[in-house]
Amino acid sequence: MTLPSDHPRVQFRTVGKSYGEVAAVRNISLDIAAGTLVTLLGPSGCGKTSTLRLIAGLEHPTSGRILIDGQDVTHLSAAERDVSMVFQSYALFPHMNVLENTAYGLLASGMKRREAEESAVAKLKAVGLAGFERRLPSELSGGQQQRVAVARAIVLEPKVLLFDEPLSNLDAKLRRQVRDDIRALQQNLGLTVVYVTHDQDEALAVSDRIVVMQGGFIVQDGTPRDLYERPANRFIADFIGNANLIPVQVMACDGDLATITLGTVRMQVPHRGLSPGPALMAIRPHAVRVAAGKTGVPFRGRVCKAAYLGGHIEYVVAIETVGAEVFVIDGNVHAPLAVGEVVDVSILVADTALVPASDEK
Amino acid sequence: MPWVIGFWASLVVVPWYGLEAGLSSQSWPAAAEAAWHGRSWLLVLLPPVLLASLAGGLRWPRLMALAGVSGLLLLALEAWLIAGKSQPPLGWGALVYASCALVVAAYGLAWQGWCRGDVFIVAAIGAVCASTLVFVGYPVSCVLISAFRDNAGHLDFGLFAAKITDRSIWGLDCLTGGRNCGVAWNSLALACIVGVLSTLIGLAFALIAARTHFPAKRLLRLMSILPVITPPFVIGMSLILLFGRSGMVTAWLNHWLDIPRSRWIYGMTGLTLAQLLAFTPIAFLVLLGVLQGVSPSMEEASQTLRSGRWRTFTKVTWPLIRPGLANAFLIGFIESLADFGNPVMIGGNFRVLSTAVYFAVVGAAQDQGGAAVLSIVLLAFSLTAFVLQRAWVGRRSYVTVSGKGDSGQPGALPRSLHVVCLGVVLPWIVLTASIYGIILVGGFVKAIGSDNTPTWEYFLTAFAIGHGDHGFFLAGSAWNSLFTTLKVALIAMPLTAGLGILTAYLLSRQRFAGRGVFEFLTMLSFAIPGTVIGISYILAFNTAPIELTGTGLIMVIAFVFRNMPVGIRAGIANLSQVDKSLDEASLTLGARSAATLRRVILPILRPAVVTAMVYAFVRAITSVSAVIFLVSGEYNLATVYIVGRAEFGEYGLAIVYSAVLIVIIVSALLAIQLLVGERRIGRREIAQKRVPTPELAQA
Repeated sequence: MTLPSDHPRVQFRTVGKSYGEVAAVRNISLDIAAGTLVTLLGPSGCGKTSTLRLIAGLEHPTSGRILIDGQDVTHLSAAERDVSMVFQSYALFPHMNVLENTAYGLLASGMKRREAEESAVAKLKAVGLAGFERRLPSELSGGQQQRVAVARAIVLEPKVLLFDEPLSNLDAKLRRQVRDDIRALQQNLGLTVVYVTHDQDEALAVSDRIVVMQGGFIVQDGTPRDLYERPANRFIADFIGNANLIPVQVMACDGDLATITLGTVRMQVPHRGLSPGPALMAIRPHAVRVAAGKTGVPFRGRVCKAAYLGGHIEYVVAIETVGAEVFVIDGNVHAPLAVGEVVDVSILVADTALVPASDEK
Repeated sequence: MPWVIGFWASLVVVPWYGLEAGLSSQSWPAAAEAAWHGRSWLLVLLPPVLLASLAGGLRWPRLMALAGVSGLLLLALEAWLIAGKSQPPLGWGALVYASCALVVAAYGLAWQGWCRGDVFIVAAIGAVCASTLVFVGYPVSCVLISAFRDNAGHLDFGLFAAKITDRSIWGLDCLTGGRNCGVAWNSLALACIVGVLSTLIGLAFALIAARTHFPAKRLLRLMSILPVITPPFVIGMSLILLFGRSGMVTAWLNHWLDIPRSRWIYGMTGLTLAQLLAFTPIAFLVLLGVLQGVSPSMEEASQTLRSGRWRTFTKVTWPLIRPGLANAFLIGFIESLADFGNPVMIGGNFRVLSTAVYFAVVGAAQDQGGAAVLSIVLLAFSLTAFVLQRAWVGRRSYVTVSGKGDSGQPGALPRSLHVVCLGVVLPWIVLTASIYGIILVGGFVKAIGSDNTPTWEYFLTAFAIGHGDHGFFLAGSAWNSLFTTLKVALIAMPLTAGLGILTAYLLSRQRFAGRGVFEFLTMLSFAIPGTVIGISYILAFNTAPIELTGTGLIMVIAFVFRNMPVGIRAGIANLSQVDKSLDEASLTLGARSAATLRRVILPILRPAVVTAMVYAFVRAITSVSAVIFLVSGEYNLATVYIVGRAEFGEYGLAIVYSAVLIVIIVSALLAIQLLVGERRIGRREIAQKRVPTPELAQA
């Protein structure tokens, strides 16, 4: 299904979009390769949905150009672009049944009714909705409505398939399954998918590549592993995986490693381009080990809060020598620590990353 | 590209002049007119067409836009600069030329990314704007210009100043013992009184309907649709039959109580009564909506905070509905100003602005300039009220319509207030019932009040079917106007609804520069009193370049632009409840916006479409003020015919015809209800609570 092409499937060339005074998207450039699933991730208002709608043609940029398969589509309307979208609300037409909804796009592009309905039936079968053709959307469950929306979009075999927060209207249990279904469908059909979400777990689970946006800018663009292990700044370290951000001093850089002081303790970690001076150390909650007793580790802390969550326990531990509180996820549910208890704290240096002390734009 | 071909055809195929003659007329296409009839100035229309052919083929956006816009401008210049001097009125060729130029411009602008690259949307906005300008903006500006001219057509500001400050408009003689005040004061006083009283009586009705266990609530509902189905002058006529010199009640009072017969009903008192009867149901509908919008939990909260019924009403309910009261007052005020039928029936010597305009035109004086000046005063009053109403409703409405179900019982009325409301409501129901009773039976007795022998005489005069040598024929005098009315109403109905819904779609779904102005202009035609519309159409469309007077078309156009705002409001209200992602889904699935509108939006908007169609149909049958200027011998309308009969004192005929109109409207309403029915659409539709539409009642 993918065309042999030198071009990336979607290209943004310094695209900006503003609504009056408010800039939603600020001069972003972005390439999306064919056959990949790229997630636009960020908090609400970061410009990710605007970016998605710019690809769809539902918004038109105030500056810059958008190309699909090398063709300039900047001024083409949504109907003229070979792009389909699955909406957050699914946007199923309430007055049409499942079959009519699915065949709608094919009929709009001039296909004969019989052919259109055959393809629609095939795609409905592919998403597991055979036998539901005559139902109205109002007679389906949320998950089924979502699958109709997907079938309606993929039946057109678009060059790019867009998902706008497709899981947000599903209950937690269904989410994991639908997420896996979407990923499987994308890989089986070799679809190019752009996926918008504000949920970092969802993004990590489905994506080939994640584009993190904030305030209309792209702040980092990389594989899920890149983002988690090597966050570009404190915003991403915090947004993806809730890192503890502890102030440290970079004393000296030597080769790839920097010597830093954390509280009174010196250690060596990869410097990631930082020069001597203040910096932040991103420490994942599960990279901190807490245990009662004295084993001679460098840090001592006091348990401030403890919450039992079945599979693990969450603690907040104040470390006096560092002057910070850290959030800890501890798998050892059989030996809970009491609030107020003084504990040994050790940090797995391999699961930490240095980030700049302040976010530069 | 088909539109460019059409562009060519408008010049070389379609006859340029003469709208009514159609395609078979004496007129030739513009190209032929230029070549053989010496109308060489028509050649200026050619360059835009050439330009469009070039730009369309090469897909040059800026040139294409230039071609379309210059085509429209040159057409306007050609039409108005050379108007009337040496060319007949424009015809179908000009219409096709204008439409094609508009679409060509839309292509050019859409190619540059206007309206998200959507040609249909750009063209639709252009079309609605252009038609509003031609059929609302242009006529109204003609009125303004005409007011500044003397009868020979020269500009004369001194004359205008003299006319607009004339004693007949602003005189205050009645305060100092003189006979009459100026018509402006008459209109204002009447409108204020009617506004206040109709709001108060409407409030009493609304309180009874929303806050008590009144047994006959269906009756109140029925009352609320009466103004929709009643031609405006019928109330006045009916009051004359009850309280006039030889009226039924007058006769009884004279017979049993020896109260002398008098003409008190003719004049301000009778007029106030007639307008109150006509407009109170509108205030009732508005205030019922407001009262139902006050969340019961507010009143319950007040009661749990140790406030009794009276304190709850005065401290919570009353402040919450105050903006609604202001709204009801302003609507009553505007209605009263615009009313023409009742003043002409029952006003007697009490002149108001709307009737003064009419008599200035049709009276012995034939003073169009004077009529224009009066129209400006009337327009200024009603626009001020309209702007106030919109500003007030926009900013001060506390009515909370959340999607969530708000359980709870609305508080009961304080006892004293309950008694007062009942004291207002019950007599009013009796009065209304007798008014409508008179209408329905009055035409079937010899002379109501004095001779109550049943007779078919009037009915047969109007609606007899004769039988002659050539089979059956329509002998009655009313058939002609009845058929014209139905024809005009049926043609205007889909056009009104279509234009209204299209405009609503543009307003609620598209962002474009000047959207606010666009909305204001389209709603404005609602605030312009019918009399002003009537006179402005005469002034604007009597001569070239656009000549429409004397045709049936002008009535259709008048109805479309007067009644369109209801379609707009109903459409906007419904569209705001339809998720925008539905249109977007359709667009991303490859359906263009025209197809989206037809296949997704219209089916979902069916309630709004029905509302707009019903309203357009009914208003076309019942309205009189605008069309009384526009009817001709060939195209007479039912309402105008009835007013004419009543003016000659032929009340039997007038009332029998009114009754027939009401019966026709009611059966049309029922038929539409049955035909359209309700198809289950989904949760969204079910969850949506039906809100009464006050627009429907704004006569």
